[in-house]
Amino acid sequence: MDTTVTDRTNDPATARPAGVPATATIRTAEDPPAKTTHDRPTFRSKLGSAFAMFRNGKSIAGLSILGFFVLVAIFADVLAPYSPTAVDHTARFQPPSAEHWLGTTHIGEDVLSQVIHGTRGVIVVGFLAAIIATLIAIVVGVMSGYLRGWRSESLSALTNVFLVIPGLPLIIIVASMFEDPPLAVVAAVLGLIGWAWGARVLRAQTMSLRNRDFIQAARANGEPLRRIITVEMLPNLMALIAASFVGTVTAAILALTTLSYIGVIPVTTYNWGTILNWAGAQGAFRQNQWWWYLPPGLCIAAIGVALSLINFGIDEYVNPRLRSAGERARAMKKKGLNVNDTVTAVRPATRTEENP
Amino acid sequence: MSDTLLSVRDFSVVYDVDPAVEAVRNVTLNLRRGEILGLAGESGCGKTTLAYGVQRLLKAPAVITSGSVVFHDASGEDIDVNALEADEMRRFRWDKVSMVFQGAMNSLNPVATIGSQLEDVFEVHRPSLTRAQRREAVVELLEIVKVGAQRYRSFPHELSGGMRQRVMIAMALALRPQLMVMDEPTTALDVLVQREILRQISALRHEFGFSVVFITHDLPLLLEISDRIAIMRDGEIVELDTAERIWHDPQDDYTKTLLSSFPRLTGEKGMVLR
Amino acid sequence: MTLLEFDAVTKVYAVRGAGHITALDDVSFTLRSGQTIGLVGQSGSGKSTIAKILTQLETPTSGEVRLDGRAIPRRGAGLRAYRQQLRMVFQDPFASLNPYHSIRYHLQRPLRLDRIVPKSEEDAEVRRLLERVRLDPGVVIDRRPHELSGGQRQRVAIARALASRPKLLVADEPVSMLDVSIRLGVLNLLADLQREEGLGVLYITHDLATARHFSDEILVLNQGRVVERGPADDVILNPQHPYTQELRAASPDPDAHFASASGIDGGAL
Repeated sequence: MDTTVTDRTNDPATARPAGVPATATIRTAEDPPAKTTHDRPTFRSKLGSAFAMFRNGKSIAGLSILGFFVLVAIFADVLAPYSPTAVDHTARFQPPSAEHWLGTTHIGEDVLSQVIHGTRGVIVVGFLAAIIATLIAIVVGVMSGYLRGWRSESLSALTNVFLVIPGLPLIIIVASMFEDPPLAVVAAVLGLIGWAWGARVLRAQTMSLRNRDFIQAARANGEPLRRIITVEMLPNLMALIAASFVGTVTAAILALTTLSYIGVIPVTTYNWGTILNWAGAQGAFRQNQWWWYLPPGLCIAAIGVALSLINFGIDEYVNPRLRSAGERARAMKKKGLNVNDTVTAVRPATRTEENP
Repeated sequence: MSDTLLSVRDFSVVYDVDPAVEAVRNVTLNLRRGEILGLAGESGCGKTTLAYGVQRLLKAPAVITSGSVVFHDASGEDIDVNALEADEMRRFRWDKVSMVFQGAMNSLNPVATIGSQLEDVFEVHRPSLTRAQRREAVVELLEIVKVGAQRYRSFPHELSGGMRQRVMIAMALALRPQLMVMDEPTTALDVLVQREILRQISALRHEFGFSVVFITHDLPLLLEISDRIAIMRDGEIVELDTAERIWHDPQDDYTKTLLSSFPRLTGEKGMVLR
Repeated sequence: MTLLEFDAVTKVYAVRGAGHITALDDVSFTLRSGQTIGLVGQSGSGKSTIAKILTQLETPTSGEVRLDGRAIPRRGAGLRAYRQQLRMVFQDPFASLNPYHSIRYHLQRPLRLDRIVPKSEEDAEVRRLLERVRLDPGVVIDRRPHELSGGQRQRVAIARALASRPKLLVADEPVSMLDVSIRLGVLNLLADLQREEGLGVLYITHDLATARHFSDEILVLNQGRVVERGPADDVILNPQHPYTQELRAASPDPDAHFASASGIDGGAL
């Protein structure tokens, strides 16, 4: 994503339509716009503007899918028709049926119930890891971006070290220290190895923010450092933080399911990766027992799509040109214009026969 | 050969967005051969849109909705600019009309030498020239704009901002166009450098006889460099006259307002009220 | 009363591989309350280094800067008092206001930081400040910067600078990013405020014409040195130093241009 979050590109009032020459300025009247009364910003409207990056089609679609999985995780006990470990010896390797909507496993466990319960592990680990990673990224990234000299350099060096720490061996070592590693430990390890990218991006953006006039102005006013960082800078970093958070959730979920699938994490609590592990071990792929491996696989894909959609949405918010590229081109096409044309179209308003 | 280089009749440009913006409305003007025509007005008045629009340089959603632009070529041929196809337009742009943009000096390729970038123009538009001829032409150009042939192998970062802007003027001059459109060509430069470049532009147009459309928000500067000035407001030309008459005897109220809105270096008007 | 003193200030930057660059060379001047000094110079003249020293982004290599007779404090209550007395108006009104915060917030913070008025009177004070810069509080107070025009934003920036009731305003090219037609309005506003509040103003610019009309005194800087100083009209209308003469000759001057009958290619251009 574009790491330069500039106020101008976020600002629809000054965003320049494509094709307008660089020196052309969109008219800004000295008189204020027609609206004469203006509501004082309430807590709600402030909250709304803080989450403005999610107010677009892609983000909303992604958030809806993600929200669905979160609800499933919370209400797993209610939703699942069976216990994920309940064994039904009379129904082994059953394809989907009325009793078992997604069929059964080799010992007659209900796949649907396993997928539903498995959601919990995925969501908990994904979010917990992302919260841990994002908090570290904010602290390290913003501090190393704002400070100067050796303190900034050493924080940056620390970030670089964590960037190159191989995550997989570390997780295998930590996992081997536990008989049955709790989800929180898995999440903590994933969080610890996943913050460095976010910190790097935040550092770069903070460095550019700290030289902006409005930060200089705040310093000249005598604002204390913590306020400059939390009140002046952080709101301008929100889109970046959100993107980094979403990215870490994705990475953590993929890491968890991958590690579970290859059997590094011998968790007894189910997640989608564990189901795939069992399915693989019992030859479900060879025997074409699609109801066993397809649902968890599709769930992983769906949550990946959801998180990507949210990130696309944030990208578009941060860089409206991305959105305009697609949307505007389509809108222009409807009007018979091509945005890639290097020659201005001629369309006399009164004559239409020239338009093919 | 007529005295007029470009006739613009009833020319309108609309930005076809919702709601549509009429950036230029029914503009009619004749650009004379060899003159410097200044376009003045506040930001958003349509001066840039007009100057880009007559070369059809605006991208969608801009649409030319009415009028005609006729270029009276030195060969005697009249070219209807609005009727040109894309490839004809490309040739027209460098051969007949060229542009110098604001901040153009920063658009030079940082990893190629000045000479090779100038040569590129000839390579694309004069493919019949030999290598030696191209080189000779570039050396001549660098001398004309007083950058000096010894700068042939220099990289852009080795030149000052003013020098780079001269290179851009050399590039615009390369194919000896009959019209140069200059969009704030000196805005980012210090006043001493700015003055030198303006002198040079004025001298070059006498030497080569091209016309200049000069866009700037700096009205005092425009008054000095232009032969004639078009004052624009809300997409329309409210007044078009010689710089001298605009200065001494403005007719339109808006022109008068603009003229009184800047502090004078030596005159008494435009004072800050203290 | 002497408000600001630059006493033989020199600033030398060490440049990697290129030795040293002297940005300011033995610069001295004084600014009285209620006086406007125009600092005129091209890029690299050292005028922005002076602004940086005043806002403590840089420290002088030698020499001393005094506000109200005291050297610029490095920390503590003295620093707070110094900052309260000296405020900046930045060049770019798009960049100097935080896009995330309302106009009210921008004006409230300095009031609270320097405890200018009790909390209960903050709102009234914010409105008073907006009225002082000729903005309608009812319209702009709860807007965010991007909802205002460039001229309005610069007025807000001026109101913010005035909020802490400073004695000295440092205006670094305050109108160069604004449309020509509204520049004069903003300069007139600054001049009014300065007269009414007895402010000292340091006006940093490259534009000789505005410097002449807006300043009492002008200092012409070239390569870190003050090459000419004097009453504004004297310096501009009757420049003595060759560099000032050169600047003056290069600046657009329609009055002189049209007075001489020489036309477009005559001596003026």
